[in-house]
Amino acid sequence: MRAPLSWLREYAALPAEATGRDVAAELIAAGLEVETVERAGADLRGPLVVGEVLAIEELTGFKKPIRYCQVDVGRANGTGEPQNIVCGATNFSVGDRIVAILPGGALPGGFEIGSRKTYGKLSEGMICSVSELGIGEDHSGILVLPGRPEVGADAIELLGLRDDVLDIAVTPDRGYALSIRGVAREAATAYGVAFTDPAGDAPSDDGPAYPASIADTSACDRFVLREVRGLDPAAQTPMWMRVRLSRAGVRPVSLAVDVTNYLMLELGQPLHAFDRTKLSGEIVVRRARPGETLETLDHVRRELDAEDVLITDASGPISMAGAMGGLATEIDEKSTDLVLEAAHFDEIATARMVRRHKLHSEASYRFERGVDRELPVRAAHRAAALLAELGGAEAVPGATVAEAPVAPRAITMAADHPDRVAGVAYGRGTVVSRLEQVGCAVEGGDTLTVTPPSWRPDLTDPSDLAEEVIRLEGYEAIPSRAPRPAAGQGLTPRQRLRRRVGRALAGAGYVEALNVPFASARDWDSLQLPADDARRRALRLANPLSEDEPLLRTTLLPGLLKTLARNVGRGFGDVALFERGVVFRPDGDGVPAAPRLSVDHGPSADEIASVDAALPDQPERVAVVLAGDRERPGWWGAGRPATWADAIEAARTVAREAGVELRVEADRHEPWHPGRCAALYAGDTLVGHAGELAPRVIKAYGLPPRACAMELELRGLDEPGLPRAPHVSTYPVATQDVALTVPADVPAASVESSLRAGAGELLESLRLFDVYTGEQVGEGHKSLAYTLRFRAPDRTLTAEETTAARDAAVAVVSERTGATLRGA
Amino acid sequence: MSAPNKSYDPVEVSTLQPEALDRARDEALAAIAAAADLDALKQVRLAHAGDRSPLALANREIGALPPAGRAEAGKRIGAARGAVSGALKRRQAELEEERDQRVLAEEAVDVTLPWDRAPRGARHPLTTLQERMADVFVSMGFEVAEGPEVEAEWFNFDALNFPPDHPARSMQDTFFVESEETGLVLRTHTSPVQIRSLLSRELPVYVVAPGRTFRTDELDATHSPVFHQLEGLAVDEGLTMADLRGGIDAFVRGMFGEGLVTRMRPSYFPFTEPSAEVDMQCFVCRGASVEPGAAPCRTCSSEGWIELGGCGMVNPRVLVACGIDPDRYSGWAFGLGVERTLMFRHGVEDMHDMVEGDVRFTLPFGMEI
Repeated sequence: MRAPLSWLREYAALPAEATGRDVAAELIAAGLEVETVERAGADLRGPLVVGEVLAIEELTGFKKPIRYCQVDVGRANGTGEPQNIVCGATNFSVGDRIVAILPGGALPGGFEIGSRKTYGKLSEGMICSVSELGIGEDHSGILVLPGRPEVGADAIELLGLRDDVLDIAVTPDRGYALSIRGVAREAATAYGVAFTDPAGDAPSDDGPAYPASIADTSACDRFVLREVRGLDPAAQTPMWMRVRLSRAGVRPVSLAVDVTNYLMLELGQPLHAFDRTKLSGEIVVRRARPGETLETLDHVRRELDAEDVLITDASGPISMAGAMGGLATEIDEKSTDLVLEAAHFDEIATARMVRRHKLHSEASYRFERGVDRELPVRAAHRAAALLAELGGAEAVPGATVAEAPVAPRAITMAADHPDRVAGVAYGRGTVVSRLEQVGCAVEGGDTLTVTPPSWRPDLTDPSDLAEEVIRLEGYEAIPSRAPRPAAGQGLTPRQRLRRRVGRALAGAGYVEALNVPFASARDWDSLQLPADDARRRALRLANPLSEDEPLLRTTLLPGLLKTLARNVGRGFGDVALFERGVVFRPDGDGVPAAPRLSVDHGPSADEIASVDAALPDQPERVAVVLAGDRERPGWWGAGRPATWADAIEAARTVAREAGVELRVEADRHEPWHPGRCAALYAGDTLVGHAGELAPRVIKAYGLPPRACAMELELRGLDEPGLPRAPHVSTYPVATQDVALTVPADVPAASVESSLRAGAGELLESLRLFDVYTGEQVGEGHKSLAYTLRFRAPDRTLTAEETTAARDAAVAVVSERTGATLRGA
Repeated sequence: MSAPNKSYDPVEVSTLQPEALDRARDEALAAIAAAADLDALKQVRLAHAGDRSPLALANREIGALPPAGRAEAGKRIGAARGAVSGALKRRQAELEEERDQRVLAEEAVDVTLPWDRAPRGARHPLTTLQERMADVFVSMGFEVAEGPEVEAEWFNFDALNFPPDHPARSMQDTFFVESEETGLVLRTHTSPVQIRSLLSRELPVYVVAPGRTFRTDELDATHSPVFHQLEGLAVDEGLTMADLRGGIDAFVRGMFGEGLVTRMRPSYFPFTEPSAEVDMQCFVCRGASVEPGAAPCRTCSSEGWIELGGCGMVNPRVLVACGIDPDRYSGWAFGLGVERTLMFRHGVEDMHDMVEGDVRFTLPFGMEI
């Protein structure tokens, strides 16, 4: 809502010295979000005067028509002689009154005016367009003033070219503030000055006008028609109204349209004008019937929905209530007899229709937020009066008022309720006087019965009334009370695990990325997922930002791979990234929709479960991707490229934070390289995969060769338990090395677990220090060399004990894997 | 010259003569002083202080003396041997020091050589900022609460007093899950976690909910379709707006330091009534940049105030929807945008930097902020 200060002043007796910024500050404190204060015309400087065109000489020989004009500006130029002005517009004639700026003046935007030679003539000033004056968009021609304003008069004063305009972001609860009436009322309250209601008093009842009735009172509870006849179609909207409309952001069109828009801005009541000659029969407000259509003012033929609220006559629909009128009954440049409609439509009915037809308008915006039900009669009266005054029309006496009874709303509230909400002792007297200031009728003692004013349909609960009192008393009056400590238990184990995982991966050289969780079916193809892969089953957004990515991710990898490629593209080839976040895994078809539970009481456990059952599974995962060198080469020697082993180690790093040692098995799983893919198990639970990416995946995402990745479901890891302290033996260690020859396809993990099983309790640790393949071990075999460290908790081991333990380890590994002791 | 002196014979008792002793001592001291390195000193030690050195032999002869002379001879020999061993010790230390000086100088390296062998990692500042902010609440005794990102409309809207078809719903540009009959949305705020907390926890409830939220805003310098919020919720008996203000003040103190003034402006959120926007005094200029002629402040654009977030008293309708008696319990809620906070707290100028995952942006933030 754009509210010019001069307009507000007409109804609120604000102090003369109060600037737009001052008023804005008061309104902000009262809860109106004034976003900007535009100081229109602040840099405007005269002489800027009304002139009359005395003569026009058409200059020829230029690319466009140019006029050399003599303009009478009265005594404004000091001489009284006509002013010679070159003008590029042609939309005026001799005798027209225009606005001229004379040398020494400046137009908005710091446009200085002087005498200058142009098109071979000396131009002593400029004839102005509305756009140059800052009171409109139109710069197709100069402003020809309506009426006969006095020549030489100061146009700044006359047209109100200097004004402060407050731009207010009105919150959905304050529909009344979508009007000068509402804003002026708040300003008057804030300053404690008199407010004059622009709606005026209800006119006397002179009987009905054009016949009308309401067929569906759930859609409309008050419908008012008035008539004017004999409107002069050529009548022009006066400048003061045009300037106000422009300041408020509405383009002037024609007198009839401008008057309805003007009153909507001033009062908050949308109005519609029909050409009476295009109507037939009684007007009825009703819902649409099957198959009905209406061509609206925007030349769109709309298929109507059974819920749509219509204004109809004998011919059928003529207007979509509160949203947009029909083309067939539109007023045009020849219309003289008008039927003016002002009504109170249901908020929700309007909202639904507008959303259904994407038909948002200034009118529907107001109806959705609640219009004062007492306005239609007054607004229609004022519209007729203005058209009579400005357009030479005859306001036909009488008004048709169709309506349904509406019970008055009263709210019962303890008189000290605002005190208890705010933590401030206002006292009953303050509460009552503030509520009365808002427009409420208040009765009662300790318990108040409060009837909100018609323009405040948002006031329904005691807490709404408390807010009115508290905001008018000022939020700055609320004290600060130190928090009472609550007995919190700190972070949960799961929350701590999440932080530990992040720190561990960052400590291992991974940089965290937070990727947007949108994906496309193309990603599944790029990842080489089989047709029946569960990860292809993704939730789709009904209104994605981009049709390229309409799905919700089922894996963290696509986002990470794209971010990896972006970093590589920006010149960073050695990158290791991680992400922790949820993926979305719908169960498939047949999931019931989430029920819409009541909000009048708390839901039962079953009801909550029925809502949660509609949600997709949203497991939390962590993933890494890496490419280039894991260790850089340098003066210290060679670097080391990132490999599948780094990706698996990243998984171990994560799992270790949960106190879990992962078990690794070879696997084939897209998008990984079939020979370099590890399945990761926590106990018997598959929790993820890691390894080198398949070459096709690397190509699809434009990654460096041999890029690697890991993805792990955090949920599969238990919360870390209490670590147990080990017994630290201080007896000496006994070390034994064994080199084992095994068939090439025996996994190192099997050899290791066999060694451990055989070595028994004396084994302190075991480490693989060499893997060898070649002639010495023979085709199809490999040699694995381990260091076994033995130690007893209570004694120094003898050589015999150590050897026996080693032999036992070798015996088991031989039996289980066919390993032979090398060199034995 | 450091070779053992064979001229001394253990049987010559004359070594016990004072002159002979003095000579042996002086020779030893001279040899010690002359030892040029640790090897030479080792030889000197052998010759002049070893078992077969004149002084050692002389010592052995003491027993052969008549008792009357033993004490005196012992004293003289002891003094001579003490002088020699002291000199050896000092010389040993001197030579070791010399050797160390030389060897360590030879081992010197260029310590200014760069070392970027191992890659550095970092956590995303949005993650660590959320943790930092949540920890301020946790220190007040709040617990961290969570909820799903794909959320039922009932939790995201209805229970938070956004009635169907109310304009407040369309204020939050919502991503709907297809088809719209599923009743599922990408949560538009972290407030559904309020509902989940109130339904699942015992009263009183003190929780803070950080998390990812979604709205259909195109990505630009100041907007992102995916962003983060953090909100604190307190529901207890007797809570008032004074507690709300106190909670916010405590948060501001924990995050930005002592002595910063906050202010509330009336506003509107369906789930709070009364509602307010919260500003805090700029933590950089503390409002000084507003004064005429003062140095401009980039953090607050010389406004003196920084918009912090939204807050209010929990709307009794929300309590009712959660099965809580609003006549007995009241509550407050305060929420703020994590991206916005990162922008003003750390001078991030463009939202793109937070979502693109460029390692150059993230690395400087390290592990904690």
